[in-house]
Amino acid sequence: MSPPVAETLASESGWQRFGRDRAAVWSGWFLAAIAAVCFLSPWISPYPYMAQDLAHSAMAPSAAHWLGTDLLGRDVLSRLLQGGMISLFVGLIATSVALAVGICYGVLAAEVGGRAEDAMMRFVDIVSTLPLTLIVILCTVVFGQNMPMIFLAVGGVSWLTMARIIRNQTREMKGSQFVQAAESLGQSRWGVFRRHYLPNLAGTIAVCATLTVPGVMLLEAFVSFLGLGVKAPMTSWGLMIKEGADIMEECPWLLISPSVVFALTLLSLNFLGDGLRDAFDPRSSRK
Amino acid sequence: MAYVLRRLLEMVPVLLVVVAATFFLAHAVPGGPFDKERPMPAEVKARLEQYYGLDRPLPVQLGNYVVRLAQGDLGPSIKYPGWSVREVIGSRIGVSFSLGFVALLIAVLVGVPVGVLAASRPNSWLDRVPMGFTLVGICVPSFVLGPILALVFALGLGWLPPCGWGSPIHYVLPACTLGLITAAPLARLTRGSLMEVRSLDYVRTARAKGLPPLRVWFVHALRNALLPVVTYLGPAAAGLVSGSFVIESLFDVPGMGRLFVTAIINRDVMLILGTTIVYAAALLFLNLAADLANAALNPKVARGR
Repeated sequence: MSPPVAETLASESGWQRFGRDRAAVWSGWFLAAIAAVCFLSPWISPYPYMAQDLAHSAMAPSAAHWLGTDLLGRDVLSRLLQGGMISLFVGLIATSVALAVGICYGVLAAEVGGRAEDAMMRFVDIVSTLPLTLIVILCTVVFGQNMPMIFLAVGGVSWLTMARIIRNQTREMKGSQFVQAAESLGQSRWGVFRRHYLPNLAGTIAVCATLTVPGVMLLEAFVSFLGLGVKAPMTSWGLMIKEGADIMEECPWLLISPSVVFALTLLSLNFLGDGLRDAFDPRSSRK
Repeated sequence: MAYVLRRLLEMVPVLLVVVAATFFLAHAVPGGPFDKERPMPAEVKARLEQYYGLDRPLPVQLGNYVVRLAQGDLGPSIKYPGWSVREVIGSRIGVSFSLGFVALLIAVLVGVPVGVLAASRPNSWLDRVPMGFTLVGICVPSFVLGPILALVFALGLGWLPPCGWGSPIHYVLPACTLGLITAAPLARLTRGSLMEVRSLDYVRTARAKGLPPLRVWFVHALRNALLPVVTYLGPAAAGLVSGSFVIESLFDVPGMGRLFVTAIINRDVMLILGTTIVYAAALLFLNLAADLANAALNPKVARGR
């Protein structure tokens, strides 16, 4: 079966609209570059991230160490790349967890309808007013500070907004004619979900995911900042900022480089998310 | 009134779930409060655990805790012998709440006017420059802004003390850090909803019947545009709470955020529970307050309920 013509055209113009949004496109390239160097860091970083060189500790940026060295003489650039790998990894995995839970919960709520739906959404409302950072911190302490648990804990509290948006969209579709048509033709619930809900939700999901990643990375950074997240000798951007803030009077470069990279990454993610939304969400305002 | 009562009643099961969840999580934390570098004699430890009721089965402990909680008793603190959790929290809570209040005040006083200003001249430099700053504000986390402000204003210019607590001047850096971070999304929200509202029919009607533009702007448009902003204050308060953990340890503020973090590190189960409950209750009340303010501003919401 060939895809409907109108839909192809709409998606094409969506990408064209996106291409005209220069900030979003540049953010996309920047993120791609950051991700590439971070994930390639085991091969391209100038020094091993945990190699200590106490003879050259706390050195300002120089030709040998582009971003300087920390108190143990470890190369800041190498640590920045390794920390970036962890931070981005947390961002991606935890967002996937949040995405999976959010989509299932949202679609399910819209599908069951009635009182159960009300109860489910009320639950989301109530939970989202709770101090979830406390719960994440407790979880990381309880389950040891191992990476999979940090992913799960961070993702496990980040799906609420997603569930709300997905549910609203699904509910709108549920009453629409194309879904009624599919139902009257005898398509199963799963079929409706796969053939109709998911493709129509794809844009929303992409936007939601892009906008969830920065929140998730922030949360990880918060936890690591408090010394309860990633453990030494590994590092993450949150942990590096913390270590830099502790000795910012003597070695400001330890604070500045991770802060700048972290902030730029979050900024790009936000630009990218906004650009995607403007391009693909028909209801958002266009300039 | 019935609505307020219903909401208050709704809070009870929520808080109970929070208590139970935190209780089991806090007890699952490996290591106990009496584990020191040098182990204490077994019988002393047993006596201590008996004194604090830690030797009983967990469900029994939970039951006892809830019963005492209902009477307003948060139990004894383990790491601060002789102090009850209520006293420990009581000595810190004022600091955190006043800091949070000042930060929220800064956020509203900066965020809303900036949003209004930006929306009044869309796409001019008056819009672009502040909105660019808010984007930066959204992406720069509090634990980055805090050290940078300290670096500039305390260590560089020497205008403000870099850390410490005691006099009003110590409020400036932490409150500004928290407040400015919260002001950024507020400004964007205000601008967005003003832009939406001003194209609505009733605003056009008000204009068409010849009301002065400023009156239309502030009396008609702003009142409705502020609804989502007021709703956002609930989640914003939650953000302030998590921000306060970082800010309080950064600026050496003796508040509840730091209390919570040290309680976790010390495995002080009672104190972890107490602080979590206080935070949860405070956030639930703030959300209720935001909803009530919303209903007061918007007759549609009030009648719908």
